[in-house]
Amino acid sequence: MILLLQYTLIFASVLMLVALGGCFAERSGVINIGLEGIMVIGALGGALVMKFLPVSVGVLPMVAITVVVSALFGCIFSLFLAVAAINFKADQTITGTAMNMLATAGATVAVKAMNTAASNGNDVSSDIAYIHAKDLFIVRLGQFEFNWFMLVAAICLVISYVALYKMKFGLRLRSCGEHPQASASVGIHVQKMRYAGVLISGLLGGLGGIVYITAGVSVWKFENGVAGFGFLALAVMIFGGWHPLRIALAALLFGFLRALGNVYAGFDFLMMLNIPSVVYNMLPYVLSLVVLAFTSKNSRAPKAAGIPYDKGTR
Amino acid sequence: MHETQYAIEMVNITKKFPGIIANDNVTLQLKQGEIHALLGENGAGKSTLMSILFGMYQPEEGVIKKNGEIVKIHDPNDANNLGIGMVHQHFKLVECFSVLDNIILGVEDSQLGILQREKARQKVLELSQRYGLSVDPDALIEDISVGMQQRTEILKMLYRDNEILIFDEPTAVLTPAEIKELLQIMRNLSAEGKSILFITHKLNEIMEVADRCSVLRKGKYIGTVDVATTTKAELSRMMVGRDVEFAVQKDEAKPEQVVLEVRDLSVASKLSKKNAVNNVSFQVRAGEIVCIAGIDGNGQTELVYGISGLEPVQSGSVLLCGKDITHAPIRKRSLLGMSHIPEDRHKHGLVLDYTLEDNMVLQRYFEPEFVDKLGFLRRKNIRTYTERLIEQYDVRSGQGPVTLSRSMSGGNQQKAIVAREIDKDPQLLIAVQPTRGLDVGAIEYIHKQIVAQRDAGKAVLLVSLELDEVMTLADRILVMYEGEIVGQLNPKTATVTELGLYMAGAKKEDV
Repeated sequence: MILLLQYTLIFASVLMLVALGGCFAERSGVINIGLEGIMVIGALGGALVMKFLPVSVGVLPMVAITVVVSALFGCIFSLFLAVAAINFKADQTITGTAMNMLATAGATVAVKAMNTAASNGNDVSSDIAYIHAKDLFIVRLGQFEFNWFMLVAAICLVISYVALYKMKFGLRLRSCGEHPQASASVGIHVQKMRYAGVLISGLLGGLGGIVYITAGVSVWKFENGVAGFGFLALAVMIFGGWHPLRIALAALLFGFLRALGNVYAGFDFLMMLNIPSVVYNMLPYVLSLVVLAFTSKNSRAPKAAGIPYDKGTR
Repeated sequence: MHETQYAIEMVNITKKFPGIIANDNVTLQLKQGEIHALLGENGAGKSTLMSILFGMYQPEEGVIKKNGEIVKIHDPNDANNLGIGMVHQHFKLVECFSVLDNIILGVEDSQLGILQREKARQKVLELSQRYGLSVDPDALIEDISVGMQQRTEILKMLYRDNEILIFDEPTAVLTPAEIKELLQIMRNLSAEGKSILFITHKLNEIMEVADRCSVLRKGKYIGTVDVATTTKAELSRMMVGRDVEFAVQKDEAKPEQVVLEVRDLSVASKLSKKNAVNNVSFQVRAGEIVCIAGIDGNGQTELVYGISGLEPVQSGSVLLCGKDITHAPIRKRSLLGMSHIPEDRHKHGLVLDYTLEDNMVLQRYFEPEFVDKLGFLRRKNIRTYTERLIEQYDVRSGQGPVTLSRSMSGGNQQKAIVAREIDKDPQLLIAVQPTRGLDVGAIEYIHKQIVAQRDAGKAVLLVSLELDEVMTLADRILVMYEGEIVGQLNPKTATVTELGLYMAGAKKEDV
């Protein structure tokens, strides 16, 4: 039971971080399909820190540096989308898809090259192990393993809400995603705001990436990318109606279902049902299909999301 | 020497776009505290001139002076700093934001980045009291009326302490009562010392409210006149370059057999659970123009969708020349003699990325004249046909039949649709707001065509929001209010005031 709670919270943290990232991008008017790829790159950055930074640095520096580096990696990778979508007015869906393909492939190649070089060719896997560093992130409270990432996610949630709804920045950002011509007419620099939105989404997406790969295991195979979690987060964002608090709730729901796949074996009555494990693993993905099919009709995406800003149109 | 101090001056402005001179040596001088009208047809360069004043474009030549000193305006922020504010024709409001958020957007008061909404609310309420601009600061834009949206736009300018207020075609979207209110607000503002630039092509409003009027024609500055010493005829001559007939010449209608019969028609609404059209019945006879009047959004659009087949009807029936077409497909309606000049010419009238000639045969490409037995289009015939229509209906386009429809001006797009629909030689012509957004020259032309159709013995169903249009064209007026027909009037005996009462739902009769 505690294990279920623990996994629910950690997966919900991942989904929430990434979905909040998507929320910032879309609120500014850029659709970020590339979150999946951003997660992979963020995960790569974080995993490298955890592999190479000596455990002796202590908890706080380890957590802080991992968080900063993975966020930075995600942020830099999201520049692809920003430049293509904002400066060159490229199709945002295609750009995002390209980023997803590039990220997994690029990370795999990089890690393989690294492993090959380090092992004189004996190890050609795309794995990065971070067993010892991972322990630093965990605080045991009885049987419950509290993960520092949960706190980071909660802080991000509060900051996101305040930034979007209580601050000048958020008001301006949201106006750019709804009616950029109106924003421009009151002197707001639409392109700058959209850059801000995309870069923040890269930041949160990258952070979500490292949280995801450290959630259950201590070794990550980068060939696997992040198993569609970026897309799941997009579903969470839509289900959460582009609103931070509702996104948090949606993330808890999806996180719970994902956690069930990990720990269902611990529940006698679930075991007795004799359902194959794949069914549990499928649950969040199936649910996202069902949920989106039923709610997308009424959902209200930011009006200008996906449309390149053109000064000339009125 | 007597020298007037101008609040703002645009001197010898020239702005060129590829292939066109939008403003050619234009001078505009706005006195402190006056209401100055800027008059011109569509495409005369009014919007460009205002965009320059507002910092959206930079002119190639000419300068802008404020209180006699040359200023540079690079972006809307500069304009705002100089006290220039603008109510755009298409409101620049974020629909899912509250009125208050829209007003403060861009000039937010904040501490450490956190918005100080309470302070802003006080100022907004104060301003709305002082100028009689009633708004609810917490209502969302999407929930409030167009009139209140406009007041929000005005408050936006006042909140920024703007001294020079530009109104770009502000009355186009308003009901008669709201127009009256707006003109009063403009008078109040000018009495408080604000200088107002009023862009319009409605002469009545200029005569009523403006002090002076500057006229543009095809990018050129024609002149500035004192409104008190001029006439509507004079202004329109300056605007169009020739005399314009305001009243359409038309004889008594001679209605004959019933062409269109609508019985107890109900059409569902997209927006709410209530029916948009509720139990509407009427007839249109050959040789008469029946006009559906009403304020926008009272079911006119849905009524026409039901009759023309764009939307399924809920109940009731539609008969064209005695044949039941309630559930007939659109092509069948067309073949039975229904022509439709749609409300939204971009959505339902033209395929914008098709050439003009392809658009002209949209409803007729399957006729033997335009397609051979194997299914190949007879391009040559289509070309000849289009050339004839262009010639006959004076449709102006850059490259003739092969012009991309999107690149044509609104007026010529509309003329093309009118040509296509009329040339089908219909029994029934449905025209929905056929002159929306067009200039006087084009309006005059389209009105003449509609009357000519009537005189040729066709039945015409006209839907219009413009009271002038309703009064001049209609032989019979039906007023729609909340999905029902609430009155039938004779334009010869009815007054505009009476019509307005019906439109506002204040008066009702059993029809």
